[in-house]
Amino acid sequence: MSILEYEFMQHAIAAGILASIICGIMGSLIVVNRIVFLSGGIAHAAYGGIGIAYYFKWPVMLSTLGFSFIASMLMAAVTFKVKHRADTIIGVIWALGMAIGIILIDLTPGYNVDLMSYLFGSILTVSKSSLFVMLGITILLFLFVVFYYNELLAASYDEEFAQVRGVRVKQLYFILIGMLGLTIVMIIQVVGLIMVIALLTIPPFIMENKVKSLFQMMIGASVLGAFFTLTGLWMSYRFNLTSGASIILVAGTVFLLNLLVNRAQKKLQV
Amino acid sequence: MEDVSFAYNGQNILSQVNLTVFQDDFIGIIGPNGGGKTTLLKLILGLLIPDTGKIKVMGGTARKASSLIGYVPQNIHINNSFPITALDVVLMGKLNTRSRFRKNTRQDKKDALEMLERLSVQNIAGQRIGELSGGQRQRIFIARALMTTPRLLLLDEPTASIDTKGQTTFYRLLEVLNKEVAIIVVSHDLLVISNYVKSVACVNKGLHYHPHEDITGDMLETMYSCSVEDLCRVQLLAHGRPDKRTDHVNS
Repeated sequence: MSILEYEFMQHAIAAGILASIICGIMGSLIVVNRIVFLSGGIAHAAYGGIGIAYYFKWPVMLSTLGFSFIASMLMAAVTFKVKHRADTIIGVIWALGMAIGIILIDLTPGYNVDLMSYLFGSILTVSKSSLFVMLGITILLFLFVVFYYNELLAASYDEEFAQVRGVRVKQLYFILIGMLGLTIVMIIQVVGLIMVIALLTIPPFIMENKVKSLFQMMIGASVLGAFFTLTGLWMSYRFNLTSGASIILVAGTVFLLNLLVNRAQKKLQV
Repeated sequence: MEDVSFAYNGQNILSQVNLTVFQDDFIGIIGPNGGGKTTLLKLILGLLIPDTGKIKVMGGTARKASSLIGYVPQNIHINNSFPITALDVVLMGKLNTRSRFRKNTRQDKKDALEMLERLSVQNIAGQRIGELSGGQRQRIFIARALMTTPRLLLLDEPTASIDTKGQTTFYRLLEVLNKEVAIIVVSHDLLVISNYVKSVACVNKGLHYHPHEDITGDMLETMYSCSVEDLCRVQLLAHGRPDKRTDHVNS
């Protein structure tokens, strides 16, 4: 396959695999902690960071990372304190972040064609420096999970019991949400902010009832995610389609097939 | 526990509560919803700090003594689709945040399996927690709580998801465990627990403590602060003798 000789394709494949690992680890934590909606909020609020970057002519990756990190800390604080109001407040920050982004881009002179790539992803244009940032964040995430695995497991499974056993649940929650803010920005590059949630949640969800531990779920989801991104990438090249949408289409199809198979299995058992 | 009061959002949940637990106690805590039963447990566990008053657990603060208290939370909060085996849940009881790099060692695993055997659920160690029945799951949670060899076991509505027959077996198990560990159990069901507990504490903002001999007519008089439902149960109970007479109601 000569397509693999192109540098942009090599970058795309590397980005796809890194994003899959990030999604596999982080996505598993999101799904078992039931904070999918919060993740959606961070992903959309991150658009505010893109707007700031364009308006002030700052580096896009850094300012988006910063903005999304701040937004995620804000959400963590609010959701930890008033859990029953969490969804409303997430919804507000979600919309406010996007609005800030849109208005700042309105105010920026000139038209930015690039913007669509943030909404739908631009895996084919990932630069070498972005790849290194992605690699750095993957390593950071990996270390975080290895270091805190037992605590994360306990706090995710049974927060109260973990607290009794001396786990600093609040501190851990903030670190988790902070990491989430950083990783989402990484994945936005690959599939765009609109579809980031699908890549974060579909692989772990498919794995959830097939594995016996959180660790297996993370591994399985990473492998599955890599399969989705690479298949989607190939489809987008072969049929000339948008890469982000192709990846999600593959993931969504497998998701539905999995639901059907699960149902059939249940019926067979009865 | 001395003169403990706790308020949440300006509302008094508990006021002037006094309670002393001894090593061989088996206390049933009853009271209406929102009466402060769970709050009381959380205060003992050190999850909540009292506004006034003092709580001492084995001579130290509640937080320091946390490994001496085994806690079995309410079943309903637990995510049953979580990918985790029964054995791993029990191992969670050994979690020690001070020695981070000490992973689940072989010794821990052996201890956990022994604990499961003691509760006669060793055959389900490798199963996913969500696949178990309510009663099995409850035993797993008790095993987890016992992993630190606590001297006090706290259970919050442990039989909420278990049928009546399972409840009887469950409380028999607690009776056996009570030989080694003090037990406090929160329950709605005075009728069921009165067969097994040694004393009853009625919690509704305040706390009324009744040694077992008291669970008779005169308890009625002090129970007026509880809900009508609880009152009825006490009345029912008061017609028979409190000890083993109510067995027929359970079976």
